[in-house]
Amino acid sequence: MGEEFDVSCARPVSGAVGEDSPETAEKEQQEEKEAKNMIMVGKKAPDFTAPAYHKGKFVNVTLSDYAGKWVVLCFYPGDFTFV
Amino acid sequence: MSVDSMFVHKMWDETELSKMVDGGIPFPMLSDGAGRVGTIYGIYDADAGVETRGRFIIDPDGIIQGYEVLTPPVGRNVAESLRQIQAFQLVRDSKGTEATPSGWKPGKPTLKPGIDLVGKVYREWKTDMAFDD
Repeated sequence: MGEEFDVSCARPVSGAVGEDSPETAEKEQQEEKEAKNMIMVGKKAPDFTAPAYHKGKFVNVTLSDYAGKWVVLCFYPGDFTFV
Repeated sequence: MSVDSMFVHKMWDETELSKMVDGGIPFPMLSDGAGRVGTIYGIYDADAGVETRGRFIIDPDGIIQGYEVLTPPVGRNVAESLRQIQAFQLVRDSKGTEATPSGWKPGKPTLKPGIDLVGKVYREWKTDMAFDD
């Protein structure tokens, strides 16, 4: 029987019982390093494409399609979170 | 953008957000299921499997002019984001001849960086201007 838990702003995650394998930790460190090198004020925003919901439609959004406009890119922890 | 699917975005907009904002969310709600974009932008928390509250201001040339990242429990100040956008737009329109000092908001004086301003900022800018009046 599952144990009930309180909901908060952090999304509960699944995972294997036990600790992360060393390979995973190493890979994550490497990824973090790469990410840190890519973002800098005054430098180009990395281009991307992502599926999106927009006013009743599903669309693909590409950052570079917004060239010539000001863009605010906002990340958040998850839908139906509280803040 | 979050790790939720576009289907969940649709349900959130229809069932909750449209009750806060007339007509629902006007801008695209992007899905980043594997956190790839969030990883590139340095805001994906792989341990929690979610994206933190990262906010990036990108200018018409695709240049990142500013960003802010918060942990999940603390919400953003939208007015401050708008103020920063207004400041970046003013600087851009002035082609770099004007700068916005600490506490600037629309209507407050800007600075004109140049040799005449060296050592003279105290004449143009007072510490109380750093705060909202």
